[in-house]
Amino acid sequence: MVAISRDEVLHVAQLARLDLTEQEIERFQEQLNAILEAVGKVAELDLSDVEPTAHPLDLANVWAEDEPRPSLSVEEALANAPDRDGDLFRVPAG
Amino acid sequence: MIETLRLTAEDAAGMLERGEVSAAELHGAYRAAINERDPELHAFLTTVDEVEGEGVPIAFKDLISTRGVETTAGSKILAGYEPVFDATVASRCKAAGLPLLGKTNMDEFAMGSSTENSGFGPTRNPWDPERVPGGSSGGSTTAVAAGLAPWALGSDTGGSIKQPAALCGVVGLRPTYGTVSRYGIVAFASSLDQIGPITKTVRDCALLYRIVSGRDPCDSTTVELPEPVELPGGEDLRGLKIGVPRELNETEGIEPGVSDRVNSALELAKELGAEIEECSLPRSVDFGLPCYYLIAPSEASSNLARYDGVRYGHRSAGDGDLRELYARTRDEGFGDEPKRRIMLGTYALSAGYYEAFYGQAQKVRTLIKQEHDALFERFDLLVSPTSPTVAFRLGERTQNPLAMYLSDVLTIPSNMAGLPGLSIPCGLSEGLPVGLQLIGPQFSENTLFRAGHALEKALGFDFVPERLR
Repeated sequence: MVAISRDEVLHVAQLARLDLTEQEIERFQEQLNAILEAVGKVAELDLSDVEPTAHPLDLANVWAEDEPRPSLSVEEALANAPDRDGDLFRVPAG
Repeated sequence: MIETLRLTAEDAAGMLERGEVSAAELHGAYRAAINERDPELHAFLTTVDEVEGEGVPIAFKDLISTRGVETTAGSKILAGYEPVFDATVASRCKAAGLPLLGKTNMDEFAMGSSTENSGFGPTRNPWDPERVPGGSSGGSTTAVAAGLAPWALGSDTGGSIKQPAALCGVVGLRPTYGTVSRYGIVAFASSLDQIGPITKTVRDCALLYRIVSGRDPCDSTTVELPEPVELPGGEDLRGLKIGVPRELNETEGIEPGVSDRVNSALELAKELGAEIEECSLPRSVDFGLPCYYLIAPSEASSNLARYDGVRYGHRSAGDGDLRELYARTRDEGFGDEPKRRIMLGTYALSAGYYEAFYGQAQKVRTLIKQEHDALFERFDLLVSPTSPTVAFRLGERTQNPLAMYLSDVLTIPSNMAGLPGLSIPCGLSEGLPVGLQLIGPQFSENTLFRAGHALEKALGFDFVPERLR
């Protein structure tokens, strides 16, 4: 079974946009290895002939009428913004 | 003075109808019970004073969006967030006249089996406050068991309604995937999340399911129910074929006291006229948990990408550019379990591992579905314990994520197949409730209600926790 290295933990944290502390990096490396060892058993099965299931119901082509209906106002959309500039969400530059 | 501990939602509706009590008085009685007992139990994160509606009041798990009422999903990253719209299930309860009592505690983003992962402190089990109520809907099941709400809504991804219902001695339904709208629900794992009722009786469960179910144009994964919800009344099980999957009933870790209670319930089912036969789910139980812990975290890592400190929720205070803002906001706002699952899911979906993990897990999901489908050609229902153990002590499993994950080993397989499951209390072991899990084919809720009601009557379980009687 693959073991997850410290570099991989850092890479995944970067992909997930998590600024982990040193303690978290160590703990997650250990715990992710234990979890991956347990869940990695799915790889034992030969499933080359099996179709994947993405969704438990057989639904296809769910159409909706293209009818306009009221949407959120600008004030509602910005109501929970941590920071705003007029009608815009404000974020740091760069 | 209304005694809320024994009052079912159906009885409360009767009192309202006959004019014996007003909706405001009923709401007030539950608020008084909350004031009295919730300081110890901590089932509620928010309570509501206004009585909006003339019906039986209700509590919602705190991941159901409620316009103008704080909705946190148990996470500090959403502290203070007040939705500007109602979830469809909230609108449906409003339209049915059910006033909101408050929002209930939960494991952060519904990730957990004990409610200890809440960012706002754990909920305690009303049968024994030194023990957990189960999770992640532990706030809702505690509220119903302790008479703080006549009924409540929870959500179930891997067992988050059924398992805490079992540990608190109440009734919980995880409906067929797609029968209850997820519009306005804080998402965890979208191909698994379902909203469902938590109640004292099976009839209450059917009544609430009738209110919240049905197709919603705002959620394209919903469908119309093939038949209307029937309120169960019969007290026999004649003509019903019940399968007892060996792997779900003999898995390592099932406590003997739990097995005893489930076997007694099966004896009773036989006396009520059901045909009972052993059967097998050869790979669903062994591979269900691994399959779940690849698919659910993968979906979670994508769903939780939205928490970036820009449009709503927590934002980190420090200096730096946008990228740093995202990464710091997320590290500060998320608790341990969401971070662990985001990491696991991001890893399982990342280049080089996608086929081996996520792709393979989706194929295992097909196998699980096929195994269940095959059994439902022979049986109307499958039966097992809901949880391998009774309520465990606070702190007992928090240091070992894998031990906590095993709490859901019996609820996960049928969830992966999108099947409905009902948990009803079937007795006590060591003075704590044991849950019986009834699983049916898709859209078989009426059969689950019928069987659950007949068993409930025959079992005569007293749902009021002994220490509160």
